Amino acid sequence: MPKSFVVETIKRNQIVDALAKGKRLDGRGVNEYRKLEIKTHVIQKANGSAMVTLGDTQVLAGVKIDKGVPFPDTPDKGLLIVGAEVLPMAASYLEAGPPDESAIELARVVDRGVRESEMIDVSSLVIKEGKWVYSVFVDVNILNVDGNLFDATSYAVVAALLTAKMPRFVLDGDTVKDTGERLPLPVRKVPVSVTMATINGTLVLDPTEEEEAVMDARITLDTEDEGHICAGQKGEPGSFTPEQVLTAAEWSIAKGREIRQKIKEATAGG
Amino acid sequence: MTEEKRRLIDENGIRTDGRRWDELRPLKIEVGVVKNADGSALIEWGKNKIIAAVYGPKEMHPKHLELADRAFLKCRYHMAPFSVEERKNPAPSRREIEISKVIREALQPALFLEDYPRTAIQVYVEVLQSDGGSRVAGVTASALALADAGINMRDLVVGCAVGKVDGKVVLDLNDIEDKEGSGDMPFTFMPNLNQVTLLQMDGLFTLDEFKQAVELGKAGGMKVYQAQREALLKRYFDGAAPDSSAPAAEMMEA
Repeated sequence: MPKSFVVETIKRNQIVDALAKGKRLDGRGVNEYRKLEIKTHVIQKANGSAMVTLGDTQVLAGVKIDKGVPFPDTPDKGLLIVGAEVLPMAASYLEAGPPDESAIELARVVDRGVRESEMIDVSSLVIKEGKWVYSVFVDVNILNVDGNLFDATSYAVVAALLTAKMPRFVLDGDTVKDTGERLPLPVRKVPVSVTMATINGTLVLDPTEEEEAVMDARITLDTEDEGHICAGQKGEPGSFTPEQVLTAAEWSIAKGREIRQKIKEATAGG
Repeated sequence: MTEEKRRLIDENGIRTDGRRWDELRPLKIEVGVVKNADGSALIEWGKNKIIAAVYGPKEMHPKHLELADRAFLKCRYHMAPFSVEERKNPAPSRREIEISKVIREALQPALFLEDYPRTAIQVYVEVLQSDGGSRVAGVTASALALADAGINMRDLVVGCAVGKVDGKVVLDLNDIEDKEGSGDMPFTFMPNLNQVTLLQMDGLFTLDEFKQAVELGKAGGMKVYQAQREALLKRYFDGAAPDSSAPAAEMMEA
């Protein structure tokens, strides 16, 4: 796909020249994040919600929890499904339409981080095995694009799940009844996504949209509470040296710890 | 997680299909299998049977998307309905769309697309039978198909998946290990330029295991590279190398 966001050659050179001196145009070091804000309980009609602002990237996640039918191959597990939509309002070059491959990749990579960390104990989200389970849908609207949608989307999903309240369903004969009680989700871990890019051979954290337009390749690694890496995805048509991949792994663990603390603070109290 | 899981590695370190932790499944590659294509390759890797075919450089459709300074690389990864246990709906799934994207991005660093402005190069990857590691097998076959089509390349691209089974990092997961193991890392790289071009991951890896996995993926990939070279030589030089100054042969021995 052609890059929709175009950066002038002069800007490209500025970015590359600054990075050669270890600097970035917005004043950050190579391993610094932009300002991260997380606000929860922003949508009253959702079971859980979170608005995340990372620099000028802004995303909103909402959780809807209902009863559902389990997949035939996992009759003893609840459903947890993450979706993401880049709204056409989020940038001048976007248009409405079905999700393109980048939007599909975004949703699947964020989903992988949440799923593989086993953040939510889906085996306890069962009402009657093989028949009724809880279905947890997390949908994310990208409201404004300024790079690193992977991390912003992941933080919003995680924060929304951490503060979500699910109805307690019980079996009443053959049907399912809502008891009216509201419980937190069975959370076990807090996965954190850390995305990095290489620009002219330099590895940088949390790329802006301008930096993404000049980057060679991107790598996202998710870590969980014990510092294990639980999901990963390389993207874009460039490549990494094996050494850069290992540096990325180390950064993802160190930065993951800091950001996990921020997410926990923002969601304390449920 | 509490239920009794069958062991995937026995007390002698032997896996379900008789391999040790650092062994590849049987691998067979043939170049030039689709007559009409400009380049093609068939890879049989374990139970995987995958054909890659390349058309191009050819005219770009739709024309308004053609690039003034390079070729537009297109890639379609698709699984045949009969390639898996339960019939797969032939319509492209979200998984296939994502894999098509990462395969394209795994191949692109190796191609001199700038040599073919205003054209399209189309890569088709058809999975006839799937057995775990189909995307890296697809990349391995596609790289050969591109070479067979005479597209200018910086290097070949080789793939090999690494995973975690019974708490151990092992090479080249088979289907059972892929489904029941605790982690999977598809990995492709350019063997001569030493550049990683595809990396995905799920499961749980410590930093040390992650490092081991990257090392093991490279070592396994070099074996795959050997098979790739042999397949190309067989197609074009009756199996004999035209000269022995192959840079990666030394890396293999090292």
